[in-house]
Amino acid sequence: MVALSQERLASRKNGSVRRSSQPGFDRVFRIASLGSALLVLLVLAGIIGAMIYGGWPAFREFGFGFITSSVWNVNEDQYGAWVAIVGTLSTAVIALAIGVPLSLGIAIFLTQFCPPWLKRPVATVIELLAAVPSIIYGMWGLFVFAPLFAKYVQVPVSSVVEGMPIVGTILYARTPSGVGVLTAGIILSFMIIPFIASIARDILDQIPSVLRESAYGIGCTTWEVVRNVLLPQAGVSIIGAIMLGLGRALGETMAVTFVIGNANRLSGSIFDPGSTIASRIANEFNEAIGLQLNALMALGCILFLVTFVVLVLARLLIARVRTA
Amino acid sequence: MSPIAVSASNAIGNAASADVGAPVRIAVRDLNFYYGDFCSLKNISMDFFDRQVTALIGPSGCGKSTLLRTFNRIYSLYPEQRAEGQILLDGQNVLSPSVDVNELRARVGMVFQKPTPFPMSIYDNIAFGIRLYEKLPKGELDGRVEEALRKAALWDEVKDKLRQSGMGLSGGQQQRLCIARTIAQHPEVILLDEPTSALDPISTGKIEELIEQLRSEFTIVIVTHNMQQAARISQFTAFMYLGELVEFGPTTKMFMNPSKKQTQDYITGRFG
Repeated sequence: MVALSQERLASRKNGSVRRSSQPGFDRVFRIASLGSALLVLLVLAGIIGAMIYGGWPAFREFGFGFITSSVWNVNEDQYGAWVAIVGTLSTAVIALAIGVPLSLGIAIFLTQFCPPWLKRPVATVIELLAAVPSIIYGMWGLFVFAPLFAKYVQVPVSSVVEGMPIVGTILYARTPSGVGVLTAGIILSFMIIPFIASIARDILDQIPSVLRESAYGIGCTTWEVVRNVLLPQAGVSIIGAIMLGLGRALGETMAVTFVIGNANRLSGSIFDPGSTIASRIANEFNEAIGLQLNALMALGCILFLVTFVVLVLARLLIARVRTA
Repeated sequence: MSPIAVSASNAIGNAASADVGAPVRIAVRDLNFYYGDFCSLKNISMDFFDRQVTALIGPSGCGKSTLLRTFNRIYSLYPEQRAEGQILLDGQNVLSPSVDVNELRARVGMVFQKPTPFPMSIYDNIAFGIRLYEKLPKGELDGRVEEALRKAALWDEVKDKLRQSGMGLSGGQQQRLCIARTIAQHPEVILLDEPTSALDPISTGKIEELIEQLRSEFTIVIVTHNMQQAARISQFTAFMYLGELVEFGPTTKMFMNPSKKQTQDYITGRFG
């Protein structure tokens, strides 16, 4: 007993000797890691500051009208964000409308029906989808998907709906080139599926199996178990996963710029070309000077604000159930 | 005699004695059960009697929960699990592929170790199961919900908050809600898989009283780790060990005068 405590004492003594040889190291280490963390905040604040500073002249020039005006005329130096805002929102909504049901379907398949040997491969492929660079989606969308989409969807659908009220406007392509708001929405839906599907799968996996068993235990079919018990139980965190996808869809630039057609006018048809905030910026930034540059900066501010709010909400909703 | 055996045999007086003349409700014949290649139930044959409480006891891993899970085929959710043999519920083999499992599970209700209220209101927790199989007018449905909650001795505690979430109840209340949900479907058999293992002694007492009352209407099979509980509430007891049925008989006989040495050793606390 005595020997043991002496040994301990000795080792403690050794330790203190070793430590005192470099007394300042721990402090330096702490400051360095704090510095890394602060640097990120500093960069973020710098970006926000620069965007607001750069966009300010446009906001001052056009006031609130910057958001509501649909004119974007470089020659007359008149700028309004409305077309780009509508394009951003409508492509994101289309992406969610297609992507959410597919993602939930994938998540439900993986957690409820998938035989164990197939789980790993399917999950890996879904995650690989997230690793595809967005420029690849853009190229594939423009060179492969758009021509097929024009030939097999836009042309036949347009000829059917021509002259009809409402659908005749929404689904009519004046020039069936394949690019447009709907094409961008479809490409975006592929890009958000891996995010929503893998988070939704994790959420469904975390539901205790005894809850699932007790739902089957009162005679539910699989559909009833999923619809009435599992999805409500997953609840808000599924919404969080969807918003994470939404955040990506709102800000996605390269793929959308390829396939949306980059038109500056407002159209009632989702087959027609349009533009999003991100695609507008990507297209014009190179040659922009003066007020045009300020207007693009102001567009950036709006996008930043919207995606920031969406992402914060998403994180909050996912975190709420994870901790519960 | 060890203290456990003493208190267990004292408890026996509380339960009604076994009705050996009761008709057979479930007849298990040559049942074998496999998890993949592992055989976890070996040639089980036994009878469960109408409106009697049968307790399944035995050390962990002896197969008592597995046996319970074959009666409503809940094991079939897991593809690597399979059962061979016959389980005759009123003469019909429930293991036969032609049996509709969903309908079977409405006839054979199950309550689990942990309370599992569904993410919906207290009212809907009960009504959901009824709606699956019966289209009832609103008034009648209300009546069924109240009846089930009354039978589960929960009505007085929740009648003013039927629209609130079932998740807000205490653990014991949640478990009684799960029992109410099960009996609302008017099942023939109720399976209880260690229903009190996650509850405090007071809640446990309430559930045990409830089981005693439900016996007049339902055939009940309960898996329990707690031997006093088996002695208190059951009329028949089956002792299982390593996937085999060691001994089965009226609870009084099992605890007072078991015919196998292994049973004697287990209930006196010498192993397990």
